[in-house]
Amino acid sequence: MSNTFAAFVSIGFHGLAFAMVLYLISVGLSVTMGMMGFVNLAHGVFAMLGGYVLTSLMSRMGVPFGLALIAAFLATALGSLILERLLYRRLYGGDELDQVLLTMGLIFMSVAAATYVWGPLQQPMHPPRWLSGQLDFGFRSFPGYRSFLILCGAGLVIGLWLGLERTRFGMKVRAAVDNLRMAQSVGINTSRLFALTFALGSGLAGLGGALGADLLAINPSYALDNLVYFLIVVAVGGLGSIRGPFIAAVLIGIADTGFKYLLPELGAFFIYALTMALLLWRPRGLFGRA
Amino acid sequence: MATEGLVRPRLKPAPRAPLAPQQAIDAFARRHRYRWWEALPWAAAIAAYVLFPSYLPLGAQILATILFALSADLVLGYAGIVTLGHAAFFGTGAYTAGILAVHGWGEPITGLLAGTAAAALIGFVSGWIVLRTTGLTLLMQTLVVATLLYEAANKASWLTGGDDGLQGMEVWPIFGQFRFDMFGRTGYLYCLAVLFLCWLFARHIVYSPFGRSLTGIRENVRRMHAIGAPVRRRRLIIYTIAAGLAGTAGALIAQTTGFVGLSFLNLERSGGVLIMLIIGGVGRLYGAFIGVPLYMIAQNRFSEIEPVYWYFWIGLLMVLVVVFARGGILGLSERLRQ
Repeated sequence: MSNTFAAFVSIGFHGLAFAMVLYLISVGLSVTMGMMGFVNLAHGVFAMLGGYVLTSLMSRMGVPFGLALIAAFLATALGSLILERLLYRRLYGGDELDQVLLTMGLIFMSVAAATYVWGPLQQPMHPPRWLSGQLDFGFRSFPGYRSFLILCGAGLVIGLWLGLERTRFGMKVRAAVDNLRMAQSVGINTSRLFALTFALGSGLAGLGGALGADLLAINPSYALDNLVYFLIVVAVGGLGSIRGPFIAAVLIGIADTGFKYLLPELGAFFIYALTMALLLWRPRGLFGRA
Repeated sequence: MATEGLVRPRLKPAPRAPLAPQQAIDAFARRHRYRWWEALPWAAAIAAYVLFPSYLPLGAQILATILFALSADLVLGYAGIVTLGHAAFFGTGAYTAGILAVHGWGEPITGLLAGTAAAALIGFVSGWIVLRTTGLTLLMQTLVVATLLYEAANKASWLTGGDDGLQGMEVWPIFGQFRFDMFGRTGYLYCLAVLFLCWLFARHIVYSPFGRSLTGIRENVRRMHAIGAPVRRRRLIIYTIAAGLAGTAGALIAQTTGFVGLSFLNLERSGGVLIMLIIGGVGRLYGAFIGVPLYMIAQNRFSEIEPVYWYFWIGLLMVLVVVFARGGILGLSERLRQ
């Protein structure tokens, strides 16, 4: 196997792992944007919270990895539900600027709160022993944790899509994204639906943040530093779409990893330029509706 | 949910008794005239110069930041473009003036103009791309433009100093006469003069027919399209102008403090200017004059004690303003008067 080919396989592999994390975090943002038209810049805060819950449960209390993941999901879902009922709900259908300000305020608060509770340093993430080695796939071996990320992400993605296509809850969500007023008219309790969808989306973000704690380092300014990534995934994928962000996350994950590997001097520069070019060509994103 | 552009006025106009035609005509004719209270900020600025001689460096920064917030108000409050990347232009102006001064051209006025021109150019080019979209995509793209410039400034450390910031600026005396002294007197008056000129310019724009059409675009895009207003062109023009003014503000800070760093381009800077504007009141031309001093003086006081937790209180304040006091301090006082 030649070196170039090995490099490409490696980029694809690591890029895919990054893409799974990006997708898990961003899909909730896409749905809340599409359904409620709510610009939730603080979405990254939930991902950060998930990461903190996981790392502190594992390193301070010795909770097993699987349980800590579930706890990260539940804690962020619950936290976001409280915020939704208290604050977000007031601004549905309201002014975009107010939503931006509210969520920027939440980000600023999260930076200070995280510094207060966990200190300014990055939280180390140690994958469990059964995942920390190399995994042999026959033709070559891959890092175990990244392979787990890809498999786990793929499982969640399939579960999410099936859930949206096949269950009654998913049907309601799709109806509300397509036509909110019509959904209300046929008797769907959209207020409860919003809250549940919001909690689910934030929980997934928490899970993504927890799973990706070694890719996107958990530190107090997490929500600020990575905001642009989450927004790019959603905007490139198209608002309100479930599959669009997946394609976008894969594209961005692989391109970002590739550029950083091949042209470390220019770093993230290309990914932003590429995004601008793509949106110049398709302002509504790849799968956005007209 | 494509709701932008539906009939949903964002700053609710105060309900007034209907005016008789002649009164209405007079009211319109008088609208742009100067009122007595418009002199208040300037009187306060001059009083501050006399009363607080030891705070003049902070005062100069406040004045320049007012200009930055004023430029953000043109974009946000008048044209209704929600941006998370206004720092891009601020930073461009600052780096342009700074790099000139480091490389042997420390003449302040031309440096200021160069900063303004560079920022306006970036504003024009990025606006041409960004303003095709709306809503979250627009927001994201403004952020991407700022992040792009941040990355560029970070990587081009041979030119910008990268993480350490740009150091060793030598700014010559203004008009070859007034040296920048260590007490910040010249800097303060310089900022004040530039702010005043820019404010006259911004005020002129806001009350011009062009400014009125911007308000129309903010309140109801579809109707403005329907009556044949060149919406995209007008938004691009104001975006470019505001970018230029933000560049002026950045160049002012660079010249008076002698330092430019990456923090001039980051998201905290873009978000911070929105916050200051919201505290004062958006779309009112004077919100910047109230919000910026309050924010910066409070920051100066509190961040000496606990710099990180300052963000907690400012975030909490934002949440409270959005939930309870939409329209900021000016909006509150308007409501109290009714």
